[in-house]
Amino acid sequence: MDTLRQLRFIWKPIVFLVCLIPAFHAVGDVYGITGDLGANPVENLQDRFGNWGLRFLIITLAISPFRLRSGWNWLARFRRMLGLFAFFYVLMHFLTWLFLDQGLYLSAIIEDIAKRPFITIGFAAFVILLSLAVTSTAGMRRRLGRRWQKLHNWIYVAAILGVWHYWWQVKLDVSDPAIYTSALAVLLIYRIWYRYQNPRKKTLAK
Amino acid sequence: MLIKKPADIRPSEITTKDNYLNRRKFMQAAALAGGSLITADVLPAVIPGERRAKLEGVIASEYSTDEKPNSFMDVTTYNNYYEFGVRKEDPYRNSQDFEPTPWSVEVTGNAENTGTFALEDIVKPHTLEERIYRLRCVEAWSMVIPWVGIPLASIIKQFKPLSSAKYVVFETLHDKERMPGQKSRSLRWPYVEGLTIAEATNPLPILAVGVYGEVLPNQNGAPLRLIVPWKYGFKSIKGIVKIHFSERQPRTSWELAAPHEYGFYANVNPEVSHPRWSQARERRIGSEEGGGLQSLFTAAKQPTVMFNGYGEHVAHLYEGLNLRKNF
Repeated sequence: MDTLRQLRFIWKPIVFLVCLIPAFHAVGDVYGITGDLGANPVENLQDRFGNWGLRFLIITLAISPFRLRSGWNWLARFRRMLGLFAFFYVLMHFLTWLFLDQGLYLSAIIEDIAKRPFITIGFAAFVILLSLAVTSTAGMRRRLGRRWQKLHNWIYVAAILGVWHYWWQVKLDVSDPAIYTSALAVLLIYRIWYRYQNPRKKTLAK
Repeated sequence: MLIKKPADIRPSEITTKDNYLNRRKFMQAAALAGGSLITADVLPAVIPGERRAKLEGVIASEYSTDEKPNSFMDVTTYNNYYEFGVRKEDPYRNSQDFEPTPWSVEVTGNAENTGTFALEDIVKPHTLEERIYRLRCVEAWSMVIPWVGIPLASIIKQFKPLSSAKYVVFETLHDKERMPGQKSRSLRWPYVEGLTIAEATNPLPILAVGVYGEVLPNQNGAPLRLIVPWKYGFKSIKGIVKIHFSERQPRTSWELAAPHEYGFYANVNPEVSHPRWSQARERRIGSEEGGGLQSLFTAAKQPTVMFNGYGEHVAHLYEGLNLRKNF
């Protein structure tokens, strides 16, 4: 088997399944098989999906810098899948909020999005990721041409809003959002530094 | 409906917890034995048997609600007690080595009967009452908890406060060796809370020494904690070592941490939002037996009631006070 086929038929499915572990774990906990959801099950699910969304966003953003440092170009092949997993977990976070936390109570949902800044920015991040997800196909990429890269640079905006959303909702202990912020800051600084070093290359995401 | 006839629910009738705990242990054992792909969460520390002592001579109270209490598991594993860590599971994980005896309480300030008192001497003259109260957390969740304690008003009377005592101030133990959460500067230690003397002598607040008919577990504030059911949970200070009768309103811990978010009064009020979230509704905590998807969909939020439903007993305390300003 050549490398491309190996990647496609062995490594991609393996990474796909690994990325699904948090989701399987959540289902297992719902049914009390792998653990449980504790005293506040809805909050537990909402928090864990939100956390995995942020983790996958940061992993996705780390792919290109890591590929450039290491020279492992095959890493780029996993970027779209990881980005879609980030969207998947953010979507689960959003749906948990919509159906389980708010119980589809429309007036409260609208009021929350409009009046609670941390929910407003979280919702904005979700909308950005949604538009990136639907334009992630090869067909869309062709159709959008040069605009595609511009659009997909918005992943940084989504990540910043996502981390900010986390900061804003914690009561006091900011240690977790601080970890995400540092990771994101390193990735952003690297990106700026890379541009400065390689002024002729438009973007590192290629 | 608040007032129930004293004999509606006896302590003995609520103790479904043993079955509950057994089921948990069984499920976790099954999960481990099944060799699941992901390890089950660390076994919840079931409180060591020698520490679980039944309280004798507990009488029922007309102030108890007839709502269904939360399970022993919920009450003892989902706690805000930053002295033992900031996550909900930290208090039961980190408080198991805490030794709450011997314990004494220092009484200071504008009162005749001040000094340091052994906990037993404070408790002894009183009859223990079971008070099944709603607890509303400022984080918009709530529980129903069968506390065992003594009316705060009776205890205060015992210290004979002077007329110059306008506030009662409470302090939690400050000892970072025994309370590891105090190694972090999440809050300014020691934890300080307070009530006006009128609030403190209202019949509702109690100093709790137990829950579910048993001695108070460490994670719930052993051996002595305050319960003020019409205020947000953070007013109900745990692990009390000091009671001070003061002329001045104290600066309380959460007020110091975020003055625009948490006030001195902290009365449950659905109309005054927390700056970052609504207080109009609350989620009643409850991990339903069996779990499953269905139980997630029935966990919808319920409306929050002014003064947590205790208005008929306490609303008069705030006549003429702007509750929007004095949140």
